[in-house]
Amino acid sequence: MKIRIKFSKHGCMKFIGHLDIMRYFQKANIRAGLDVAYSEGFNPHQIMSFAAPLGVGLTSDAEYMDIQVKTTDSTADSLARLNAVMVDGMQILEYKRLPDDAKKSMSLVALADYYVYPKIEDSVFDNLTILTNQITKFMAQPEILVIKKTKKSEKVIDLKPHIHQFSMDFYNSKEEECLNQCAFFLSVTTGSETNIRPELVVNAFYEFLGREFCESNFQIHRQEVYTQIDGKYVPLGEMGEDIV
Amino acid sequence: MRKLALSDDILLKVDKPARYIGNEVNSAKKNKHDVDIRFCMCFPDVYEIGMSHLGIQILYDMFNRRSDVYCERVYSPWPDLSEIMKEKQIPLFALETQDPVKEFDFLGITIQYEMCYTNILQILDLSQIPFSATERTWEHPLVIGGGPCTYNPEPIAEFFDLFYIGEGEVVYDQVFDVYKACRKEGLSRRETLIRLAKIPSIYVPSLYEVTYKENGTIATFEPTVEGIPSHIEKSIVMDTSKIGYPEHPVVPFIKATQDRVVLEIQRGCIRGCRFCQAGMLYRPTRPRDVNELKAMAKEMITSTGYDEISLSSLSSSDYKDLKELITFLIDNFEKKGVNISLPSLRIDAFSLDIMSKVQDIRKSSLTFAPEAGSQRMRNVINKGLTEENILDGAGMAFEGGWQKVKLYFMLGLPTETEDDIKGIPELAEKIARRYYEIPKDQRNGKCNITISTSFFVPKPFTPFQWVPMCTKEQFLERAKLVNDTMKEQLNKKSMKYNWHHADVTILEGILARGDRNIAKAIRRAYELGCVFDAWDEYFHVEKWDQAFADTNIDVDFYTIRPRQKDEIFPWDFLDCGVSKAFLYREYERAKQEVVTPNCRMACSGCGAMKYEGGVCLEDKN
Repeated sequence: MKIRIKFSKHGCMKFIGHLDIMRYFQKANIRAGLDVAYSEGFNPHQIMSFAAPLGVGLTSDAEYMDIQVKTTDSTADSLARLNAVMVDGMQILEYKRLPDDAKKSMSLVALADYYVYPKIEDSVFDNLTILTNQITKFMAQPEILVIKKTKKSEKVIDLKPHIHQFSMDFYNSKEEECLNQCAFFLSVTTGSETNIRPELVVNAFYEFLGREFCESNFQIHRQEVYTQIDGKYVPLGEMGEDIV
Repeated sequence: MRKLALSDDILLKVDKPARYIGNEVNSAKKNKHDVDIRFCMCFPDVYEIGMSHLGIQILYDMFNRRSDVYCERVYSPWPDLSEIMKEKQIPLFALETQDPVKEFDFLGITIQYEMCYTNILQILDLSQIPFSATERTWEHPLVIGGGPCTYNPEPIAEFFDLFYIGEGEVVYDQVFDVYKACRKEGLSRRETLIRLAKIPSIYVPSLYEVTYKENGTIATFEPTVEGIPSHIEKSIVMDTSKIGYPEHPVVPFIKATQDRVVLEIQRGCIRGCRFCQAGMLYRPTRPRDVNELKAMAKEMITSTGYDEISLSSLSSSDYKDLKELITFLIDNFEKKGVNISLPSLRIDAFSLDIMSKVQDIRKSSLTFAPEAGSQRMRNVINKGLTEENILDGAGMAFEGGWQKVKLYFMLGLPTETEDDIKGIPELAEKIARRYYEIPKDQRNGKCNITISTSFFVPKPFTPFQWVPMCTKEQFLERAKLVNDTMKEQLNKKSMKYNWHHADVTILEGILARGDRNIAKAIRRAYELGCVFDAWDEYFHVEKWDQAFADTNIDVDFYTIRPRQKDEIFPWDFLDCGVSKAFLYREYERAKQEVVTPNCRMACSGCGAMKYEGGVCLEDKN
């Protein structure tokens, strides 16, 4: 049966890349005693897939991993067992059973929410009323053209239809020891077809302000990942059911 | 949340930041204020190599079982980070607390190979600890060395406050207790070292003086204070069931070189190959109880989540309960997705049977280590493998479906002749012919034989500690002869030949049998930029040549000089259990091409019987 696991990634774990997080979970599942299903062949491996791999340096409260198990305990017991074998900075938030015909989460991702906040003082946040106005003006532009670089080419794209929300907000995180931290909140198109990285939007905004955006002064945090069902955005975790 | 020693900015700039953040599964978390002793354990090479080392896992586990000790870890920062740390004056830090190493009570460095000596200096340099032990104060940790290279600690003696000779499980508790008492009493660093030097197996180089003869060899080696021993005996665990084992080893986030559960099945080796230092140092052979190993294997898989387990020993085929152990592992773990990775086993019906169960025959290869090409040469080095053994084993394997063979040899062995050298490709040819004896419709295309040769380096505490090693030119001529001979053979297209770099071998030879004078050259080489010498891309022979020239070291004195029977070697003050008389006897037998039986067949009186256990007393109880 298919299980969708939601976890958070904080602190020094942001330096562990996606492939190593996969390896980490292959071991964590064994430590937790999950009855995981394996592929066939001489080197059997756990059947596992991730919704939207997180880049090195980012923190998250909404990472989704799908696994297959032969049998399972209840959601509450499985959560307890998994959390007992986590390292600092990793926490399992959900453990839900998916319908057997569920598609891979990777193909379903449509949108993600992010906080982008400065790690060192940034004068953009000095006056929040002004900032809010500036964001409104930025978003009122007919189009927001940026150059998107890929490995192979550079192309001009219009960000505007991909920015579902852009506002000034406050980021709170016990794990990161940051309370009421001024931040940008962003809701942007995500997925295998079009994937808008939040720093692209913030960079365009700084350009709009005539300022320089230095990415390394900011922390990016993923807050939620959604799929689209009947025109509505639904967090990936809500596609599954708790096991009682 | 724990604050990291390096900024996000630096960590996102360097390769593999996971090397520097700690927080791994099963890493020790303690309150540093609740302990009396902070110990930083170091493997002076990159994280992925250091994390693969069993010895550190054993000591880390053992130290952290003590409530008064907090043991943390540090590895060599890769050159990208090391450069930034130097520039920004960031002190080297331990992974667990991210605190500077210089604040610790001990910095313990395991010294596994000679080519890491400049990395030791890098560790000290980045930690902001003076290179010379005599320049350190209580502002600095005690720097303690351990591991196989401490069986000739002299080239690096100056850099260490003390060395622990032998297996760590034995007297470390004493070291900690004495240290605590000394600090409580407010003793000086020197007074503390003198007390520590009275513990068996502890060597404090600054308390010993060496004098030299006119010809450069050692005249005397004496303690300079009263009450410390003139000879230092290794520590050895005789009851392997009484010592713990790291059942909860630290699991790295990134792929380590050895990325699996490692089960140590025995220590020591019965074989007595004359070139092999480990085979002499760790005598007598001491197996672990098979039932304990089974329980450990289960616990370690559960505690780590690894999907692979391998066995560790010098010669697994000599472990008496091997069949029982491997059958257990297959029965219990194979179905659960855990791979059994087999050590190099002697190729016979049994090993082929289990290999076919756990490996894909088409992809896996057979490994033989004849070490020498001719029977004469194999007799000289006391390698008991015969041509018949090899051809029978290969034949059985070929008939079972294998087609890949790896062969390991050494070049530059004592008394080696042209015929011995040519014997290497000739043996490969015989193996190939054995393969093509199988009817065409029953075999699977071409066979694939890989010949690898390393160059022989004489090591302390071996019967060959007296012999001159080859020059670089001699080594390369020999490799060429192997290559040329191979290319003239019928089945040359089924063979591939790899040989080792000669420059690095020469350096290894200098460092392996060096004396205290070598220290200044190592220091000079580091100043010239040498570090990570074990890595081809960072090894600069010209810088080492300059370092030896700048410090007036006559390299030939250490490498190609024949040594007299009664010469005092730099390491002669150490007692590894095997007597110098036995080693010389073995050297003479080598010259006479006489094989010495292994420890199970007959006792050869090496001296290790004094430990009263292991293979020496097997079947005698």
